Amino acid sequence: MANLTINGKTFTLDVEPDTPLLWAIRENAGLTGTKYGCGIAQCGACTVHVDGVAMRSCGVSVSEAEGKKITTIEGLASGDTLHKVQEAWVAQDVPQCGYCQSGMIMAVAALLIEKPKPTDADIDEAITNICRCGTFQQVREAIHTIASA
Amino acid sequence: MNKHVSPRLNRRAFVIGTAAVGAGLAIGLDIPFGGPAVVRAADGSPEIGAWVVVRPDDTVVIRIARSEMGQGSLTGLAQLVAEELECDWTKVTTEYPTPGQSVARKRVWGDFSTGGSRGIRSSQDYVRKGGATARVMLIQAAAETWKVPASECTAANSVITHTPSGKTTTYGKVAEAAAKLTPPADVKLKDPKDWKLIGKGVKRLDTVDKTTGAMIYGADVKLPGMLNAAIKDCPVFGGKLKSFDEAKIAGMKGVKKVVKVGDTAVAVVADTWWHAKTALEALPIVWDEGDNAKVSSESIAKWLAEGLDDKQPAYVGNKNGDAKAAIASAAKKVEAVYSYPYQNHATMEPMNATALYTADKCEVWCGTQNGEAAFAAALEASGLPAEKCDVHKMMLGGGFGRRGQTDYVRQAVLIAKEMPGTPIKLLWSREEDMAHGRYHPITQCKMTGAFDANNNLVALHYRLSGQSILFSLRPEALQNGMDPAAFQGVAQSGEAAFGYSVPNLLVEHAMRNPHVPPGFWRGVNVNHNAIYMECFMDELAQAAGQDPLEFRRKLMGNHPKHLAVLNAVAEKIGWDKPAPQGVYRGIAQVMGYGSYVAGAAEISVTDGSKIKVHRIVASTDPGYVVNPAQVERQIAGSFVYGLSALFYGGCTVKDGKIEQTNFDTYNSMRINEMPRVESVMVPSGGFWGGVGEPTIGVAAPAVLNAYFAATGKRIRSVPLRDQNITFA
Repeated sequence: MANLTINGKTFTLDVEPDTPLLWAIRENAGLTGTKYGCGIAQCGACTVHVDGVAMRSCGVSVSEAEGKKITTIEGLASGDTLHKVQEAWVAQDVPQCGYCQSGMIMAVAALLIEKPKPTDADIDEAITNICRCGTFQQVREAIHTIASA
Repeated sequence: MNKHVSPRLNRRAFVIGTAAVGAGLAIGLDIPFGGPAVVRAADGSPEIGAWVVVRPDDTVVIRIARSEMGQGSLTGLAQLVAEELECDWTKVTTEYPTPGQSVARKRVWGDFSTGGSRGIRSSQDYVRKGGATARVMLIQAAAETWKVPASECTAANSVITHTPSGKTTTYGKVAEAAAKLTPPADVKLKDPKDWKLIGKGVKRLDTVDKTTGAMIYGADVKLPGMLNAAIKDCPVFGGKLKSFDEAKIAGMKGVKKVVKVGDTAVAVVADTWWHAKTALEALPIVWDEGDNAKVSSESIAKWLAEGLDDKQPAYVGNKNGDAKAAIASAAKKVEAVYSYPYQNHATMEPMNATALYTADKCEVWCGTQNGEAAFAAALEASGLPAEKCDVHKMMLGGGFGRRGQTDYVRQAVLIAKEMPGTPIKLLWSREEDMAHGRYHPITQCKMTGAFDANNNLVALHYRLSGQSILFSLRPEALQNGMDPAAFQGVAQSGEAAFGYSVPNLLVEHAMRNPHVPPGFWRGVNVNHNAIYMECFMDELAQAAGQDPLEFRRKLMGNHPKHLAVLNAVAEKIGWDKPAPQGVYRGIAQVMGYGSYVAGAAEISVTDGSKIKVHRIVASTDPGYVVNPAQVERQIAGSFVYGLSALFYGGCTVKDGKIEQTNFDTYNSMRINEMPRVESVMVPSGGFWGGVGEPTIGVAAPAVLNAYFAATGKRIRSVPLRDQNITFA
């Protein structure tokens, strides 16, 4: 059993402590917006916020995540109001297949907390998610749009 | 929530598809006196022809048979229908009919397959007619209500107007009456000059849910009582499963069953996928690897190299004059050998399918590029007839050709069959996905060019050796043994025609099929043919002492559409002006999937091995552009996919198995490595070409030619990582 605080809600989950947070989120908490892409922290599709920091949830164990504030893509919006990154993604039509975009959006949201007006170099350094569809130029444009708002 | 920016993919269709076993899209038929049957959607709204449902609130539901996998066809196809329907675009939503429903209705929605950049171009005619048919019926219904001639009525934005009286009504109000009318036998489509919605970069219909985590991909399917399966197939292709020691994992948490899947694979079924995968990794498995375990990249390369020898048999795909004789008597000749490796599609979402089997029903939920092929796989694996099977298409987390195959559907059904009544979600690990791809085929190519004394190219011999996709996947499409698709981009005519006139030309293919299963990988045979031909064109230009662009232009006089896109990129990148200090350019062109494309790159190279790509310009003439915003994204995306393969890709074979296991050994480009792609669309009209794939063909040769310009070194094999060349 583990207690996880996800999107402001406490989940008591029947899960072993060494289970990757990704699978606890997807299978035990039932929040499937966080995606599995590689399982070895390479692709970033499973990015969530752990105490406000972007982390690849496939590489974080449930025991490490206990007692921390976890935010997934489902918890990014405030009620019916989309987060500014989501709004920019919609306005710029960023996603293609969209499978990597939950992780991409979470990575960008974390970057903007740290650097509200990131340069191209900041984006290059912080956003290392794989997108096989190749949405990178829309991602970059959307980030700059948010930063200049 | 800001959900009115764009219309949305109809969630209801997914809910119906995932929740209600046996519920169909169409729930009933009204048989009115004398008139045709009214087919109703699940919510009771009437169909106005198979492609359009109109709800009383004027919402228009457009049926989409092809699959959305990121390429934007869902939106483009809806635009095509809506253009002719003259409906209010802000009230458009979409839904997928199921393959089972299509079969039951004599394939009323046509082909479901979504590959070969065919989504728009192969269905544009009949989906536009579907929209036009519905418009005619809706206008007719309004005219009959008003007792006026239909010819006095017009429709725009879902409003029908009787012009002489000024009376108006809406589609939602006359839909019931329209549905009872006999559809017109023939409808006239708009002249392209009158298009209002086609050609506009309207927003995609499926974006919002992709930003909130609400979009349901195959891997996200949840059904009541569902269990999860992880699978391992024999890592040596063609090998078999010998045995496994189930007792060793018997006590592991969550494990429900261990299942032999066909002759080659074993799956663990558990409460969660994590438990299934953990147990599968602990399961002792013995494989019967067979003779293929002796095969390596080296042995394949040697076998293919032998095929480059003229004495070996080969199929002739394109020929004029006598290339061999002209080469023998030429003043000067140039020869080079190139190669291209296996590539994995590496879709972000690994292969998966969910199946529910009972004695009289088999249903599958999955992302597929070919709903009908998935349906056929479900039929075959379940042993049930068509009326007892169906496939519910989910959003695809990438396709790129991989999800046109149905191996994962078959596996899911076979596992579900062992546990009747329990829905089983089979999800491949990334490692399984890397080990069991349907790989971009492996080839080598020897090219010989010959010049006369005035440096005119008089002969070209293009000899390809290697794998045929059709031999493995569609043998019925072979022509007397020859794979016509092997000549994509260098073919005599058709949708992938060669763009140069050479007086003596011989293009041939020595087919050699190693045991590694090939597949249609975005761009397919255009990828290697464009690299070979376009890099060698640069070598020929160099040998002739001519500018690569000017050298090409002289050979393209009879190919004005090929030339037009080449000129478009040359102009945009500023070929006639010097590049910035330290920056070098490369250029390439090819035709594929009915479209003419060209690309140019500006790069700089540090220490001969660190490449920075500064600029990419790409041009396409697909005839018509339905949604320029989506075409732009397909062009840019194709460069990311093509350059990822060039720099980081390449699957190698050792002991009969693929060596790469995950993104650490099969990397993909990141945002810092990719410049903005500047698209130049020059649609010339009169034909319909594809968009998703063709531009990938020019990505690698444009960069490789720029690399030569920068370093004086030719790169003739892929990936660059094998030569310690990477991004700066």
